[in-house]
Amino acid sequence: MRFTINGSKREADPDIRASLLDVLREEFALTGTKKGCDHGQCGACTVLVNGRRINACLTLAVMHQDDDILTIEGLGSSDTLHPMQQAFVRHDGYQCGYCTPGQICSAVGMLDEVAKGWPSHVTDDLSAPVLNDAEISERMSGNLCRCSAYPTIVDAIREVHEA
Amino acid sequence: MSDVAMDAPYRPAALDRAEQGLLGKPIDRYEGPLKVSGAAPYAFEQAPEGTAYLAIVTAAIGRGRVTGIDAAAAEAMPGVLKVIHGDPRMPAGEGNSRAMPTMGGDEIFHYGQGIALVVAETQEVAREAARRVTVHYDEQPGRFDAAEVEVQQDHKLGFLPPVNRGDLDAALAQAEVVLDRTFTTPIHFPAALEPHATLAWWEGEQLTVRSSNQVIGGAKGTIATALGIDKDRVRVLAPYVGGGFGGKTGVGQEAVFAAIAAERVGRPVKVALTRRQTAYMVHHRSPTTQRLRIGCDRDGRIGAMGHESVAYQNDDSAFLEPVPFGTLPLYAGEARRFRTDLARIDLPATGAVRAPGEAIGTFAVECAMDELAEQLGLDPIELRRRNEPTRDPTSGKRFTTRRLLDCYDEGARRFGWDKRESTPGSRREGEWLIGMGMAAALRGNFTVNAEAEVILGADGRATVKTDMTDIGTGTYTILAQTVGEMLGLPISAIDVVIGDTDLPPSAGSGGSFGAGSACAAAALACEDILTELALRMNAAADDLRLKDGAVTAGGRTSPLADLVRDRPITARGKTSPGKESQATSQASHGAQFAEVAVSAITGEVRVRRMLGVFDIGRVLNEKTARNQIVGGMVWGLAYALTEDAVVDPRNGRFVNPDFGEYHVAVSADVPRIEAHFIEEIDDSANPAGAKGVGELGIAGSGAAVVNAIHNATGVRIYDMPVTLDKLLSSLPPV
Ligand code: FES
Ligand code: FES
Repeated sequence: MRFTINGSKREADPDIRASLLDVLREEFALTGTKKGCDHGQCGACTVLVNGRRINACLTLAVMHQDDDILTIEGLGSSDTLHPMQQAFVRHDGYQCGYCTPGQICSAVGMLDEVAKGWPSHVTDDLSAPVLNDAEISERMSGNLCRCSAYPTIVDAIREVHEA
Repeated sequence: MSDVAMDAPYRPAALDRAEQGLLGKPIDRYEGPLKVSGAAPYAFEQAPEGTAYLAIVTAAIGRGRVTGIDAAAAEAMPGVLKVIHGDPRMPAGEGNSRAMPTMGGDEIFHYGQGIALVVAETQEVAREAARRVTVHYDEQPGRFDAAEVEVQQDHKLGFLPPVNRGDLDAALAQAEVVLDRTFTTPIHFPAALEPHATLAWWEGEQLTVRSSNQVIGGAKGTIATALGIDKDRVRVLAPYVGGGFGGKTGVGQEAVFAAIAAERVGRPVKVALTRRQTAYMVHHRSPTTQRLRIGCDRDGRIGAMGHESVAYQNDDSAFLEPVPFGTLPLYAGEARRFRTDLARIDLPATGAVRAPGEAIGTFAVECAMDELAEQLGLDPIELRRRNEPTRDPTSGKRFTTRRLLDCYDEGARRFGWDKRESTPGSRREGEWLIGMGMAAALRGNFTVNAEAEVILGADGRATVKTDMTDIGTGTYTILAQTVGEMLGLPISAIDVVIGDTDLPPSAGSGGSFGAGSACAAAALACEDILTELALRMNAAADDLRLKDGAVTAGGRTSPLADLVRDRPITARGKTSPGKESQATSQASHGAQFAEVAVSAITGEVRVRRMLGVFDIGRVLNEKTARNQIVGGMVWGLAYALTEDAVVDPRNGRFVNPDFGEYHVAVSADVPRIEAHFIEEIDDSANPAGAKGVGELGIAGSGAAVVNAIHNATGVRIYDMPVTLDKLLSSLPPV
């Protein structure tokens, strides 16, 4: 199978039972993407596939022939941080850090959804969503943070959105 | 070695001079860039080449024995390396430095207990093979229903013996006003987002274990005991831990299993519990029944206080939730009775989860105080003020720092408490009933042993080493800040090395004692370095001024690197409890406030805002401390409203063992939260002057929410969590 992962062409021959998450972590050693539940319940495994955020634990690797996959490692490395990564550091949008790559990938994907005008459950004007804090929280509620750094996560995302 | 037992208050002079201006500042996390880029390695990650995967077969019955295991089908699968069972070193449950589980038996104490191991080349094969292992049982009837089990008053479990002072019954009989209420609290999962995971490998006789663990010094001994080998043969690493909340204080079955498996297959082995396995193989906080009795006069002066509870444990574990721990020093009152009875049950182990005792004990007492204030026609803060003790009302010991009254005042002012309607149910916005509530927060402070080493190198950089863990608590950062402050170095000139039992022993992360003790040990090590620098400067240590990597004394200034040259300075610091610790009553304190909106139609509760003011001694890093406190407040919110692990009483299984049905807070549940500190350095707590932070936030926050629900609706619920079904039938007419 061929994928584009973080901009590079990669090949693998995954077990048909393997989730995209396990292939990223165990085969490609991209362990920035985390496993919190393996059941689509926590968002720790969020990656961007063809620009959209998905739970990598809920999809089999064999379903992603030729897909363009962006993980936290592709967003920015520790010395060249993406603006969203910088904002999480500045606002302390984490504690243990385990949910963090998923939060960041999810936030990047989410801002793109808003830019495209996609409404959410709490959107007043469905034709023109405005990203206030309630919208950020609603749209980020698929990403659990057991450390409960939610207020600072919202701060970080708001700042990137406003920049 | 600079060795300071807390026989008297102690504060390193250099922390007072604070020339670098680093300690306490809200600086970004030291390890932040690694975490946000996914480069920080957690237990399961960055394993050596050739690491095999372990999957655990768990018990499918709730009580009984394993009579046979048929592994042939699993062993026949390509890629399976070994199926392991019946190894006498396999623990039946979690162990720690105080108590070990049954080893190597065939007894099943609870559903979901680990009983056999499958090691395979890949995760997929291991998982499938584990399903093909057939286990035969002799199933026995289990005690699964908390309402049905027998309660023992006479037991030796737990660290908190019963307290009986004066004659509680007589004092209650004489009191002008008596409140007698019984509260129940649910099973509470720690549910760290990183599941328990361990990577183990052997090099000859030497075992190395990288494990998601809060207290690796203890884990080293526990793993050695389980394996029957010398402690020196075990090294435990935990550079990054994806949350703990008490659930990773001991050594879970999986850590020992990984070590056994690695030995048996002669390769590194790694294992991560599945999310559902964490519900069974990791301890949870016991459910409790708590009877609160408070007797007072018409002015609200308390003369009698009883806090008597029942908590649960299985037959193979020794912990007991210290329910009234936070009630002991909280309010005045001569006659006192505090007791926790034990009920044995055949469920997964109960254990320490974030603020054992206070998280649920202060919850009940703070809801009771709210109701008592209402009965007396007093403001809830006024009732608390009238019962603020001047010495510990249970032990008679003097308090060290206690700014509870200031926390109430500042909290009330910042929150706008004066806008609270004292008549419940009188504020309404359309469908929503609005209310405000408050509660006291208290968490006992522990002084513990800790050591650290600091090396001032030839390049003028300092390295601090200790076997502490950072479980999201900010350990990396506050250690760097402490050393920077002591030695006059910017944060960029400091390296922090933790999470390795080859380093000087710390107390680990638990009981909120990690930050204060580790920073104290690091500061003490720096004091020795200052002494040596003074010698090299030919000056008195107290005359040294250190800032930005330069030392000034007697009019001379020298770069640190020049003073060190080819003679790096290595020093050790040690802190331990002493006479002052014994003679005093110590705690962190706070006041919690919440505003809620309750739908008069559906009973849905929305927390609109929360605010807390806290007294935690020295604030080591304002940013990380605040984040942790806020996290604790969110825990209180979720504990009050949604978290509730439900047992099926027919078979001892959880109905909701994962995040799909066990509802931790999500972003949409969490409102704007403010946390403020009243900083008074506690020189009796430890040489860093810092009291506990990580657990304080959950104490009282749930009670503030529940009290706000009452203020909004006039309904009091005594059975946690306050879900819509409990509220709905009592709500005022729409
Ligand atoms: S690991 Fe994929 S959602 Fe939890
Ligand atoms: S930072 Fe720990 S789970 Fe979010």
